[in-house]
Amino acid sequence: MADELKDIVLNYVTKEYLEDDSEPLTYDTPLISGGIVDSFSMVSLKRFLENKCAISIPDDEATPEVFDSVNKIVLLVQRFVAKKG
Amino acid sequence: MSNIGSYDERVKDFSWSIAEKELGYKPGDAINIGWYCTDRICEQGKGSKVALHWEGFTGVEKTYTYNDIRLATNTIGAFLRGLGLKDGERVCLFMDRIPELYLGFLGILKIGAIAQPLFSAFGDESLFVRLSNAETSAVITQKKHAPKVRKILEKLPHIRHIIIVDHDGVVPLKDREVAFSLEKSAPVEHFDIHPTKAESASVLHYTSGTTGMPKGVKHVHYSLIAQYLTAKWALDLREDDIYWCTADPGWVTGTSYGIIAPFAIGVTQCVLDAGFSAEAWYKWIEKRRVTMWYSAPTAIRSLMKAGDEIVKKFDLSSLRHLASVGEPLNSEAVVWSQKVFGMPFYDTYWQTETGSIVIGNYPGMEVRPGSMGKPFPGITGTVLDPVKNEPLPTYGKIGLVALKFDWPSRMRTYWNNEEAFQKKFRNGWYITGDRSKIDKDGYFWFAGRDDDIINTAGHLVSPFEVESVLLEHPSVAESAVVSKPDPINLEVVKAFVTLKPGFAASKDLDLEIMNFIRKKLSPLAMPQEIEFVPSLPKTRSGKIMRRILHAKEWGEEIGDTSTLEND
Repeated sequence: MADELKDIVLNYVTKEYLEDDSEPLTYDTPLISGGIVDSFSMVSLKRFLENKCAISIPDDEATPEVFDSVNKIVLLVQRFVAKKG
Repeated sequence: MSNIGSYDERVKDFSWSIAEKELGYKPGDAINIGWYCTDRICEQGKGSKVALHWEGFTGVEKTYTYNDIRLATNTIGAFLRGLGLKDGERVCLFMDRIPELYLGFLGILKIGAIAQPLFSAFGDESLFVRLSNAETSAVITQKKHAPKVRKILEKLPHIRHIIIVDHDGVVPLKDREVAFSLEKSAPVEHFDIHPTKAESASVLHYTSGTTGMPKGVKHVHYSLIAQYLTAKWALDLREDDIYWCTADPGWVTGTSYGIIAPFAIGVTQCVLDAGFSAEAWYKWIEKRRVTMWYSAPTAIRSLMKAGDEIVKKFDLSSLRHLASVGEPLNSEAVVWSQKVFGMPFYDTYWQTETGSIVIGNYPGMEVRPGSMGKPFPGITGTVLDPVKNEPLPTYGKIGLVALKFDWPSRMRTYWNNEEAFQKKFRNGWYITGDRSKIDKDGYFWFAGRDDDIINTAGHLVSPFEVESVLLEHPSVAESAVVSKPDPINLEVVKAFVTLKPGFAASKDLDLEIMNFIRKKLSPLAMPQEIEFVPSLPKTRSGKIMRRILHAKEWGEEIGDTSTLEND
């Protein structure tokens, strides 16, 4: 599930936040600290994850640190999916 | 002792000639900001002093002395001139906060051209309206942002050159593109700086309007006089400071106080080109031993949210003065700052149009948490009765913040829009568009905007511009855009949307529209909430009444609804 989710998030970020000619993302590319996703854009990324995985991520838990790479995002999502049971 | 000394004494005996004398400028002389920020400091024998410590998000560091930035700005100037660019032409900077942005800005000024910095997160629509309005001749950008320029290039015949500063050959250069590498270029030792005069145009920053498209705010080289002195007196900036201005030069704070004033004073600046995180910011202050820190309320509230404990992990003892700009600094943030840093953030108030700080809290003056402070010496400020357009005779009443329009860094006009410029004046006063009251001691207290403009994280967003682009989405029939309160950003954008037949509200559509605006305009303009509604409140003549929606979001009285349709 984690690998599938990683690819879903990676593809989404690539499609929505990168220009066509950009260098490809990796699972560890810094998204927030690398300036690819800013704090405002994080809101739409969070909304995507919530829609896709049927979870709700409280604003307090959506920090720049946990959104800083595809790998970190997947860990966050898995935590909320597990909570949901 | 602070630079300003006694505020009251400075007010009594003020003249902008204080700054002119310190800078060695006499009326009628040539005045070029590019020269003042680089060559002049070198001529004072400080060429080996560090001008800029820069660090990118990957940890790459670069350090430039004043002689380095003199040579680099000469080199960029020579390159631009070699392309045939001349004084008065608009040259856009569309880049992240990399060294070429800071150096390119000064290089453009050295050839007498007008620097037009644009926020690198702008989408293609935002970029198009600004480049089109300015009839920009060249864009300096990075390969990662070039695709946005390419998308709109066909509609921009004035653009002759797109200069890519980090071209690596992976994607071949396209129509009108040219590569430039500062590091690989031979440094230009001697450069014939264009002899701009006080009223020669220097910088064009775009700002959002209530109606109509963004307006280009034209500034001139003489703005240096006010930027220099306000940085010394309001920010208490001193030559031996290690200074960190967190603003992006895509916005006016990032140029007035992130390039012009600090370099003209000769301080060492630090730039961290990385997204926000409390840990990274504190680490940066510790690493660079920052002494003066100029930031924004949104950032300060984000730091507050990160908590007090994290502050203790870092040695921030180098800090000696803090200031804030962009939106009202709430009193809790001032009190928190005093508690964790041992000193308050001094709030400063100004706008793209004012070019420099016009109202502020000054070292040595009592800080009243939550107050904007008092007018800078030499600036006459008041609050006007909105009906009579005369200063309110009694203290404590809310009116329009208005200024006598006579300081060196005031805008000279809106680019290609003198009519909009003239509308900014009433009864001889410049109307800022903000409301406030003045207390009996002369402190100004912010009370909100006087129009529909949304101030989100210190950046102004026009509801009109967002509504216009919303209508380009195939599902949207009508829309109304207002601000909604936000604990970190002060306000965020909210859109009310009615859908065309055949479309149904859904979470996916909500996200699709958010992303549509983000990519077309910018992340700041993206509605953080979209409410799908069956209809919008309108007047009987069919005009959408944003006011009613705004009042509901803010829990305010709706007020007069006599003109409401179906009332």
